[in-house]
Amino acid sequence: MSSVSNTNSGPLLAWIDKRFPLSKMLREHATEYYAGKNFNIWYVFGVLAMVVLIIQLVTGIFLTMNYKPSAADAFASVEYIMRDVEWGWLIRYMHSTGASAFFIVVYLHMFRAMLYGSYKNPRELLWLIGMLIYVALMAEGFFGYLLPWGQMSYWGAQVIISLFGALPVIGDPLVEWIRGDYNISDITLNRFFALHVIAVPLALVMLVVMHILALHETGSNNPDGIEIKENKGPDGIPVDGVAFHPYYTAKDLVAIIVFLILFSGVVFFAPEMGGYFLEHANFEPANFLKTPVHIAPVWYFTPFYAILRAVPSKLGGVILMGSAILVLFLLPWIDRSKVKSIRYRGWGYKGALAVFAVSFVALGILGTLPAEGVYTLLARIFSFLYFAFFVYLYIYTGSEKGKPVPARLTYHG
Amino acid sequence: MSEGTGLSRRRFLGVATGITAGVGAVFTAVPFIASWQPSARARALGAPVDVDISKLEDGALMKVVWRGKPVSVLRRSSVMLERLEGETVELRDPDSEEPQQPGYCKNEFRSIKPSLLVVVSNCTHLGCVPTSRFEVAPADLGPDWVGGFFCPCHGSKFDLSGRVFAGVPAPLNLLVPPYRYLDENTLRIGEDAEAAA
Repeated sequence: MSSVSNTNSGPLLAWIDKRFPLSKMLREHATEYYAGKNFNIWYVFGVLAMVVLIIQLVTGIFLTMNYKPSAADAFASVEYIMRDVEWGWLIRYMHSTGASAFFIVVYLHMFRAMLYGSYKNPRELLWLIGMLIYVALMAEGFFGYLLPWGQMSYWGAQVIISLFGALPVIGDPLVEWIRGDYNISDITLNRFFALHVIAVPLALVMLVVMHILALHETGSNNPDGIEIKENKGPDGIPVDGVAFHPYYTAKDLVAIIVFLILFSGVVFFAPEMGGYFLEHANFEPANFLKTPVHIAPVWYFTPFYAILRAVPSKLGGVILMGSAILVLFLLPWIDRSKVKSIRYRGWGYKGALAVFAVSFVALGILGTLPAEGVYTLLARIFSFLYFAFFVYLYIYTGSEKGKPVPARLTYHG
Repeated sequence: MSEGTGLSRRRFLGVATGITAGVGAVFTAVPFIASWQPSARARALGAPVDVDISKLEDGALMKVVWRGKPVSVLRRSSVMLERLEGETVELRDPDSEEPQQPGYCKNEFRSIKPSLLVVVSNCTHLGCVPTSRFEVAPADLGPDWVGGFFCPCHGSKFDLSGRVFAGVPAPLNLLVPPYRYLDENTLRIGEDAEAAA
């Protein structure tokens, strides 16, 4: 198996290989890239994120062909795409659903890393690159949400941009610099369009390439959290590894098909998802003199929005919200446990991770609700639990007692 | 040429080239970063606006747009001013210590003339537009309410001078823009009173 040679390849491939390392790259990243043989369903979300990225790139390119990035035309051009452009509604719904799908698979992908310790030595840089992808993705979602120029586009951007105004001294000039005007205007829309269709996607694609290169350098983690490279057969191949192609390409294909079925279901039957994927207020054109009664960001920002609102001070809220994202970058160093997989970690970690996951989801729900009465109290409790997880994790993992880690991969669980 | 000196010479040239390129990169970045500032056209559109207030009745509020922001002009009746003076709620900044108004409006009523309030109607929390609630003690705002502005987004409350209540998300009083009287019945919003002198 180690000598998958290209002796039986045709003359065309030989001609290419002499000039471009095509076969070499396919071997290194597919046919001779070995991953643990016991991957479970949690391991499909990375591939699904790439599928969604491609959907977003292709549908996005086609949307720009009819969209007009100006305050006067933007709202009407989106309506034009929905009503007059052949299949325009489908392309737009694929793009708007893709945005939410992107965050769903990325959140699950990140949770997988927390389940199996995929951010731990030697994969810290892989995690950091992944976090940069996540931040770029949030920027992409934020810039993109202004483009339809609806009420929620406008007021959501107003709320988020004004967060920068909380910074002392530089706050107000910074806000003016971001908007390029004294309020969110045509100028702001035009630059957000440039960032949304060129700058951030370019950065995203480059980061994804780096993410995969870093992954293939360290090798994939697995549900047992042990390094398969440490146990190689006489042929130099990890005894517990299987080649990414054809084994995991075949497995991933099943996941992609299931995903596309679900995705199509949303696109065709519930593209607005009850106001969560496309908010109702956004079907009205932006009006800078009238605030919607209730401003909520799109669902994928709501956990952080809930943390922002839980603090009764503006600067404090902004700092806490920023910290909620920054602390994730530090996860590889906060979690000091040598054991990677949750399978062999103590109940102290399992319980804490469950509390953390519940807190994150709860904050996400609270972020969509008005900030009043008991909701504010709940948001404060869950914000506390969110941060308490990391403090607890650092202390607890100083002396965690888990189960013994096996030497070979297992198939349980 | 000896090998040792060649290496240190090479290092020196490498560092010198790097520093020069770095300085060049910083200066090259200037036009790109500066291009995000409000353009000449945006600044021109942000010019002052004149408002005719001759038809504004006691207790009435009118909104004008200045720099894309809704500016409220409220002619406070004598009853309203009395209520303001008798206010009992706790305010975050009752004496307008924070620079949320021009110097000539840092007074009891945060205005040039007590009767006429001019404020930017963007909540100082996250920029929503507060609603006008001039009734006394409505059911939803409590018995202490003597009229003011209420932000529907996150529940911030402001009194009839745009002063923020304590214990709400908004950190600051509503912004009083620079303005001056051109004559008895005309306001110019966006230009300082001192500018006239």
